[in-house]
Amino acid sequence: MRETTAERWARRTVLTLLTLFVLVPLYVMVSSAVKPLQDVQNAFTWWPRRPTVDAFVDMWSTVPLGRYLVNSLVVSSVAAVLSVAVAIFAAFAVSRYRFRGRGLFSVTVLSTQMFPGILFLLPLFLIYVNLGNATGIQLYASRTGLILTYLTFSLPFSIWMLVGYFDSIPRGLDEAAQVDGAGPLRTLFQVVLPAAVPGVVAVTVYAFMTAWGEVLFASVMTNEGSRTLAVGLQGYSTQFNVYWNQVMAASLVVSIPVVAGFLALQRYFVAGLTAGAVK
Amino acid sequence: MSRRRLAILTAAVLAAASLTACGGSDDPSGGSAKTLTYWASNQGASLEADKQILQPELDRFEQQTGIKVNVEVVPWSDLLNRLLAAAASGQGPDVVNIGNTWSASLQATGAMVEFDDATLAKVGGRDRFVPAALAAAGAPGEPPAAVPLYSLAYALYYNKKAFADAGITTPPATWEQVAEVGRKLTGGGRWGLAVEGANPSENAHHAFTFSQQHGGEWFDSAGKPTFDTPQNVAAVKRYVDLMATDKIINPSNAEYAQNQSVSDFANGKAAMLLWQAVGANLKSQNMAADAYGVAPVPFLAAPPAGGRKVNSMVAGINIAVFKHTRNPDAALEFVKFMTSDAEQVTLNRTYGSLPPVTTAAGDPAFAAPEQKVLQETLATTAAPLPQVPDESTFETLVGTAIKELFADAASGKPVTEESVRHKLSQAQQQMR
Amino acid sequence: MATTTVHDATGRDGPPRAGTPENRPRRPRRSLLPYLLLAPAVVLELAIHVVPMLVGAWMSLLQLTQFHIRDWSTAPFVGAENYRMVLDFDSAAGAELLHSFQVTVLYTVCSVGLSWVLGTTAAVLLQRPFRGRGLLRALFLTPYALPVYTAVITWSFLFQRDNGLVNHVLVDQLHLLGDRPFWLIGDNSFVALLTVSIWRSWPFAFLCVMAGLQNIPADLYEAAAMDGAGFWRRLRSVTLPMLRPVNLVLLLVLFLWTFNDFNTPYVLFGGSAPEQADLVSIHIYRSSFKTWDFGSGSAMSVALLLFLLLVTAGYLLLTNRRRNDA
Repeated sequence: MRETTAERWARRTVLTLLTLFVLVPLYVMVSSAVKPLQDVQNAFTWWPRRPTVDAFVDMWSTVPLGRYLVNSLVVSSVAAVLSVAVAIFAAFAVSRYRFRGRGLFSVTVLSTQMFPGILFLLPLFLIYVNLGNATGIQLYASRTGLILTYLTFSLPFSIWMLVGYFDSIPRGLDEAAQVDGAGPLRTLFQVVLPAAVPGVVAVTVYAFMTAWGEVLFASVMTNEGSRTLAVGLQGYSTQFNVYWNQVMAASLVVSIPVVAGFLALQRYFVAGLTAGAVK
Repeated sequence: MSRRRLAILTAAVLAAASLTACGGSDDPSGGSAKTLTYWASNQGASLEADKQILQPELDRFEQQTGIKVNVEVVPWSDLLNRLLAAAASGQGPDVVNIGNTWSASLQATGAMVEFDDATLAKVGGRDRFVPAALAAAGAPGEPPAAVPLYSLAYALYYNKKAFADAGITTPPATWEQVAEVGRKLTGGGRWGLAVEGANPSENAHHAFTFSQQHGGEWFDSAGKPTFDTPQNVAAVKRYVDLMATDKIINPSNAEYAQNQSVSDFANGKAAMLLWQAVGANLKSQNMAADAYGVAPVPFLAAPPAGGRKVNSMVAGINIAVFKHTRNPDAALEFVKFMTSDAEQVTLNRTYGSLPPVTTAAGDPAFAAPEQKVLQETLATTAAPLPQVPDESTFETLVGTAIKELFADAASGKPVTEESVRHKLSQAQQQMR
Repeated sequence: MATTTVHDATGRDGPPRAGTPENRPRRPRRSLLPYLLLAPAVVLELAIHVVPMLVGAWMSLLQLTQFHIRDWSTAPFVGAENYRMVLDFDSAAGAELLHSFQVTVLYTVCSVGLSWVLGTTAAVLLQRPFRGRGLLRALFLTPYALPVYTAVITWSFLFQRDNGLVNHVLVDQLHLLGDRPFWLIGDNSFVALLTVSIWRSWPFAFLCVMAGLQNIPADLYEAAAMDGAGFWRRLRSVTLPMLRPVNLVLLLVLFLWTFNDFNTPYVLFGGSAPEQADLVSIHIYRSSFKTWDFGSGSAMSVALLLFLLLVTAGYLLLTNRRRNDA
């Protein structure tokens, strides 16, 4: 099955074009971050003529980037962990049990994926506020509220993915465990979960990224103390100016950990994502 | 594991998570009797810069009264949404800055403390405030929903060197002259005028001024929209024609929405700019105060019947108190402090705006040429935007219509009376 | 992403899959356990999604403007009036919604289609090992891992008319165009939006297809090669049919994400998108938050939701029937 010369050249051409498509914006992000403000506001140049790291220094004082970063990290990781925890139990139930309402649950979960966020933004906001007034639990403008919101955003897809993954784990395994006297939960934790690590990682990554990138709810539901990066980065566009070099520098700094983490976990992600579908 | 242990485990996980989460949540409401939450608008170079400007003043207030003020500087892109959310929910700050054009819209929610005479007396009385500025704080005939904090007006900023190089000795006083000198100034990478073509609010403000000069109104006396009257069509067309037919505006300005026009002016890419108190910003962009001149916004050379001698809106920032505040007295105390002579001088000097307080207006801090022009405009030729509940909708719809007209002009599509009227009618039909 | 859940989502209990008796779910038992396991998910879904959605649907029956936002009980109940207004395509509001809907459909179809094509192409081309393959794979995945707003902000910087890279390359370096075009306003804004969307979502397609390819047994290709099948034949008769289950799910997920996408247009254009790129999500945002008319905004959202439910149900029925026929 050798590749013909034509095929090889076609492959190289297409891959080069795709590489350029992906790479150019990333390159611009880096090169603009090391240009002085004056230069990013003038005609585009490929190469920074006067490279400087000023933007990386100034970006911390133009907006409280450090605080936004901490908020985003806390909100996204807690939301991801909780979302996965909740999804694991739900997916286990759907995958391993037949019960009344199972179909209804699946349909509802899938259809919440279609709700336009804009439809329930205001109601949800008011519910949070009223809950806060009634019980003293502050959900509005707090990280807790944001975590609750985001964890449900990723929940439908997480459950969906995990059901697929659990289905792909032979039930013979749990039955064997049960013959040995394991209860359902021990089966889940000792048999199913260990076999489902890629699926769990995939879902965690997905949930984390969903929370990390959300803009709409963050813009209404946060205040200065709880603002996340998604909204906070808009602060570089002020009444006075758009600090493009700082925007790029900040984007770079907040993206690198996420990208690195994602690339490190991508193998699991791929496996988890498709286990059910290719079965 | 038993069912009970599962329940305990789940509860533990949730509790642990919410504990970590709660660590970062802070109290968004008024809290104790000695604490106020204040949302300030972004007036300076950045949110942090504003905070550093305001914090010493707030500390002084705390020293004087024992009332602590937590300030949050809210970007303009979020401010109206956040105010709306606070109004809808009865949760949020005690005291807020609002763009004065939103006064009537926010007033309509009924969420703002009304400054009737008794309330005004608590902050120094009606007579303290410049009448025109107070008139832009709520619907006519009703107690204002706010009091003015910073006053602003539009002026024409021009690059002195560019004018001298082109042999122009006096700044243009009419739009015809703007077109004429603009053409002389355009060329060699420089354009006559810079505008913020994709910014709906800026567009709406200019639409108002041009409409006044053409004898138009955006709302009739009953508060109903009258967007597509011949006067308004002519007004909007006149404004867009600065790009479409006079060609003194770089077509690129049609996509400007983040104050790039100010940068263009500061960098010498444009020779003229219509803006409100832009001096501090220009300084931050390395344009010295003696590099530019300030003149009143031009008029029409031959105004049509009914045309008014108006060349700016009464622009500014108001300060308002939410009815839901748990500390109305402390909140009013704070408003009084912010509108006191000393604070008015300090803050307005920093931001380059004017004090809307009669006793502070005469301070020598406001005698610079830029402030003189703004003062003169406010005193004689500025008019408040229509103070109707639908004002913010007007800004969005008409401002967006003009954005689209600029886009047409920039890409070489003809901007005709017909196309302008069509856009304005469309905008009007979306009001209800 | 299981084929089995696709079954369930149609509301029917799928028949036990033939040939895998050990995979048959346990017989129903009178047990509370499954409900307990579901409880956290159900409570959260109800509290954060379903109840607010129902409140949203209620809002669509009210004339909820700034006069009434503070106290909803004062908002006049107008019944279907909001729906009549936004769905009357002869009126300005209805016509704009229809236009925006058409833009969104075109946008979704193009974005999902092209993302799928690019993703599949890249995955197929990376199937065979070669030096630098791992590096390319990591690079291709980066746009998906990048937070939405950083990606979109960067693109908005590239798309500036005067100082952007796109025009620098097209006009100054390649001399393809005489006049600098606009990308963020006017007719091209649709292209710009589509580019950003594809840039962000094709790696996801790449990821899924790549995983699907790994599960195609090599002997299938060898057998095809023995029969003398060239690249295209192999693609058509082995690769694509084997990818079908992955594709079914991938396309549906991409469709839902793209159709409801708010983040991309919002960050690219700010609150008011040019009419050529006025996606429904941003249109509704403007109708509710910018013009303070939450009633009609909600009516639009509900109409949109019904549309998505219909399309999804239709898609699932269709793909299921075809598989059952096969």
